[in-house]
Amino acid sequence: MSALYRKRRIINAFNLTVSLFAVLFGLFWLGWILWTLVAHGFESIGMNMFTQTTPPPGSNGGLLNAIAGSFTMSLLATLIGTPIGIMAGTYLAEFGGRGWLGPTTRFINDILLSAPSIVIGLFIYAVYVAQVRHFSGWAGTFALSLLVIPVVLKTTENMLRLVPNSLREAAAALGAPQWRIVTMITWRAARAGILTGILLAVARISGETAPLLFTALNNQFWSSDMNAPMANLPVVIFQFAMSPYEDWQRLAWGGALLITTAVLALNILARVLFREKNPLQ
Amino acid sequence: MDAIEPARAATKLSIRNLCFYYGSYQALKPITMDIPEKKVTAFIGPSGCGKSTLLRTLNRMYELYPGQRATGEVMLDGSNVLDPRQDLNLLRAKVGMVFQKPTPFPMSIFDNIAFGVRLYESLPHVLMEERVEWALKKAALWDEVKDKLKQTGMGLSGGQQQRLCIARAIAVKPEVVLLDEPCSALDPISTARIEELITDLKNDYTIVIVTHNMQQAARVSDFTAYMYLGEMIEFGQTDSIFIKPKNKQTEDYITGRFG
Repeated sequence: MSALYRKRRIINAFNLTVSLFAVLFGLFWLGWILWTLVAHGFESIGMNMFTQTTPPPGSNGGLLNAIAGSFTMSLLATLIGTPIGIMAGTYLAEFGGRGWLGPTTRFINDILLSAPSIVIGLFIYAVYVAQVRHFSGWAGTFALSLLVIPVVLKTTENMLRLVPNSLREAAAALGAPQWRIVTMITWRAARAGILTGILLAVARISGETAPLLFTALNNQFWSSDMNAPMANLPVVIFQFAMSPYEDWQRLAWGGALLITTAVLALNILARVLFREKNPLQ
Repeated sequence: MDAIEPARAATKLSIRNLCFYYGSYQALKPITMDIPEKKVTAFIGPSGCGKSTLLRTLNRMYELYPGQRATGEVMLDGSNVLDPRQDLNLLRAKVGMVFQKPTPFPMSIFDNIAFGVRLYESLPHVLMEERVEWALKKAALWDEVKDKLKQTGMGLSGGQQQRLCIARAIAVKPEVVLLDEPCSALDPISTARIEELITDLKNDYTIVIVTHNMQQAARVSDFTAYMYLGEMIEFGQTDSIFIKPKNKQTEDYITGRFG
């Protein structure tokens, strides 16, 4: 065995070991977080959580209004943000190759993607909440939809770029106009990837607290009025966890476990969908 | 340069002084030739000689990309293909194309064929079924897929996918079919089937094929054009090109001394 070869093997073994420890280090904290959540939150998960609204301190209650509020606002935000994100992403990938509009949009979208979500909340507060002079479910929805757009836009563009040009050429060679190529061929080819992007966006907004603090605020009671303050899981968790009341803190742990489980499920679903339904692989 | 007149065959595509540019780079020096009707014409030559470029001007495929342009004339049935007023989609309905890699669309086998037809005709379902069957039979694929028309086209083997693409091109009822190295991604058995198919198809269609494989050109084509560095070096009947080429360069390439 030559010295050079031995040296290379040693470097390889060293790097492998370091990488392994890095993985274990990351997994350790993740495992600890999940374990803490389950240990504290598991006891408060039960039927009450899904059937009763948030209680005043010292009495029994659940998270029904917060779950419903989070679900409604996330759903509406996804319905608003997804079409805009998909259309804009399609423009960037299929039409915006030349000129200044495409690159500029991409650049601004990247900024939006990494903007702190509290800034988005403040923005909606300034342009909407401060104008109509009350917090509301709509304000929360708008703030969340602003978070959906850049995620969906980015994944749509990236997934469409993965579609081989030969597929576009083949459709064009049959005489298909460009809108047909996009709607019938490239969207279909990238379907699994685009769907994954939407799920990831939903996963992201369902845990966001900061953009809702100044927009939807919170509501201790059941409300389905989108023009009134609306309860939602992240802000309820935030308030209950900071409170001195033990039953509120227990509910906060339960809510945190609920959100984490939902986000984890969405992520797993996104991965499975992408692996099984992606025709490009 | 005078047009080379292949003996006793009606002309389908008449190319006059065709030049092609990628930006400022001239990829085709003035090319003048007549592509005969209902025959197989092969373009051969070393990589980068412009044979694919020439093929892609015939249906203006190059227009998908900015900075690519062609000058000169390509006359098809009395009108100039390169004329900006020429309707692109109608041109491509008349001049079909099959690519190097099989490109099945992400949809069922049936819809793969129907996709092109639906662009030009709104057929009732029964007639569409007939058309799909007709095209698949023409492409010698019907027997293999007739029980799984609803399944995705991506599940077929490479050779079947390529025949699916040929069927898709034929279903639109073109007059000219352009084949851009259609067998280079296929195994010898699939290649043999495609070559058989080409021979059958020339009864109805004018076929232009680009190939790297000289044996293939010799086997399937009636006429062969040898290109080098963007120029048409020699064009004539395949037999005479392969047996007694007039040009020294052609002879060197064909005998394997060059390229």
